[in-house]
Amino acid sequence: MPIITQSSSAAVVIDDAKCIAEKGCRVCVDVCPLDILAIDEVRQKAYMKYDECWYCMPCEVDCPTNAVKVNIPYLLR
Amino acid sequence: MAASAHRIEIIETDILVIGGGTGGPMAAIKAKEADPSLRVMVMEKANVKRSGAISMGMDGLNNAVVPGYATPEQYVKEITVANDGIVNQAAVMAYARGSFPMIQYLDKLGVKFEKDGSGEYNMRKVHHLGTYVLPMPEGHNVKKVLYRQLRRLQVAVTNRYMATRLLKGPDGRIAGAIGVNTRTSEFLVVKAKSVVLACGAAGRLGLPASGYLFGTYENPANCGDGYAMAYHAGAQLANLECYQINPLIKDYNGPSCAYVTGPFGGYTANNRGERFIECDYWSGQMMLEFWRELQSGNGPVFLKMDHLREETIAEIETILHTNERPSRGRFHDRRGTDYRHRPVEMHISEIGFCSGHSASGVWVDEHARTTVPGLYAVGDMAGVPHNYMLGAFVNGGIAGADAAAYCASNPLASYDQGDIDAETARVLAPTLRTDGLTPHEMEFKTRRLVNDYLDPPKVTAKMKLGQRRFAEIREDLDLLVARDPHELHRALEMQSILDCADMAAAASLYRTESRWGFYHLRVDHPETDDVNWNCHTVLFKDDRGRMAHAKREVDPYIVPVAAEDMSAYHQLRIKTPEAAE
Repeated sequence: MPIITQSSSAAVVIDDAKCIAEKGCRVCVDVCPLDILAIDEVRQKAYMKYDECWYCMPCEVDCPTNAVKVNIPYLLR
Repeated sequence: MAASAHRIEIIETDILVIGGGTGGPMAAIKAKEADPSLRVMVMEKANVKRSGAISMGMDGLNNAVVPGYATPEQYVKEITVANDGIVNQAAVMAYARGSFPMIQYLDKLGVKFEKDGSGEYNMRKVHHLGTYVLPMPEGHNVKKVLYRQLRRLQVAVTNRYMATRLLKGPDGRIAGAIGVNTRTSEFLVVKAKSVVLACGAAGRLGLPASGYLFGTYENPANCGDGYAMAYHAGAQLANLECYQINPLIKDYNGPSCAYVTGPFGGYTANNRGERFIECDYWSGQMMLEFWRELQSGNGPVFLKMDHLREETIAEIETILHTNERPSRGRFHDRRGTDYRHRPVEMHISEIGFCSGHSASGVWVDEHARTTVPGLYAVGDMAGVPHNYMLGAFVNGGIAGADAAAYCASNPLASYDQGDIDAETARVLAPTLRTDGLTPHEMEFKTRRLVNDYLDPPKVTAKMKLGQRRFAEIREDLDLLVARDPHELHRALEMQSILDCADMAAAASLYRTESRWGFYHLRVDHPETDDVNWNCHTVLFKDDRGRMAHAKREVDPYIVPVAAEDMSAYHQLRIKTPEAAE
């Protein structure tokens, strides 16, 4: 069976203006227990890549520039 | 890509700890403290800095055995009664004796516990009989403290490697493990004299009512890998039919948390604001009363706090919204749930395995040894009932020290290269396809069927039908596709979840009685049958690769429990509900 792609809203939101991934920061990506964050290679900013969030918040708490906001995923909000 | 084309790195250590959450780090720490010359390695699927059940810390100890409040003997008796008599008291006693020394050790390392004006631990009562709860309003730094100690003792850490199978020698001793990198799919074979499994609960078994796969009570990384690996290595798993089912914040699916609010005067209430259970401590019998209240039309069930004083509520908010699951506050805000005015709506969680809260785990003795020589299990996945976070630390420490001693007299075992070839082929199979079924949809279907067929009240005909559906999903594994390393890691987790679903069904069918309140409520066998089933059940893979079962006698109690005391947890429903204030 061919595979299709469906979209969903991202619970974890990164403020590009504050994110310093271009300086090599990987804190949020490193601490996520589910490994759902990644760096956009073109923009050099962090983003939520997989809809697999436990809303646990290390990414937000450990971010050195307060660029990360964890929202409760819509299905259980 | 063919399996042989993938790089396989091989390294050697003395002790390999699989899982860097709670019990795992403590096993590594205590092994190093026992013998600093040992090579100790932690293999972690995420990053030890923030992995496992306590990634954001913990708001309290639920089972602290503190002198002046309880003795180890009293604690062993409480847990024996709370778990309907089916306990290995020697293992519970080993925990109870290690409880206070571990609190003092964690205190010394910098973990903060609540103390009164004179510096004594500020103990609170939540259990039915004794006093075992110690709040940790500033417990958010537990993981940092553990990490610092791992570094200090020079424990080797490999992050983002997911162990997939254990390796054994020809004599049956443990020989190490094989893991795969979750970001590159490269393999790592670790040859070890001893292995400590510390992979957490099987918390991604049932599907949350929200339908969100990762909206679980447990950290969803704790998906049952440890249970599956222990099973495939031939270890015995005990009392898996004693599911974990928790009373949680509806939809958010996290703790509300009655252990924190109870000592302040909060309590579980029905839709009339009335208490209906005498004790909010999580037991199968408490869950049964909770379920009955929902069934009766008196639901929803709430955690009620609006009768408390402002200062008390503010203190509760500070604890609950900064520790363990701090996004609780965010969830309540959006729904306009303020503890001052509106109670917290609760519900019954999906099922899982967890000995940290109930009693479903890998069989271990008082040294945390499994039935496979050289293999240990600790924490939520180890069968020491109601063990919680402090139990993970204590039994982790016990395993680490015992494994260090084991290494002194046992050389490395050799494994069969054929086992490595078979495992790399199994792991990589989903990467060889471009069309087929995705890990998410196969996981969703497995977990949805777990809800449909395995949830209590357990019905024999339904569970047998569930087994047939799981077998069909197993056939579908030939269609499972993983398009990148991240998807492969989910594909492997999905296979652990399917293994756990099969184990949950088989274990529940084997015990033909009802026990542990709601956890093992069998409609076809509604009575507790102490003549035939006052025993552990163990599940294991037999010599021909089939799922097999056996009864295991409960060892004679080291702390006797009088027959009239044994039913203390059976009378949790309040006889005449109090009028609402």
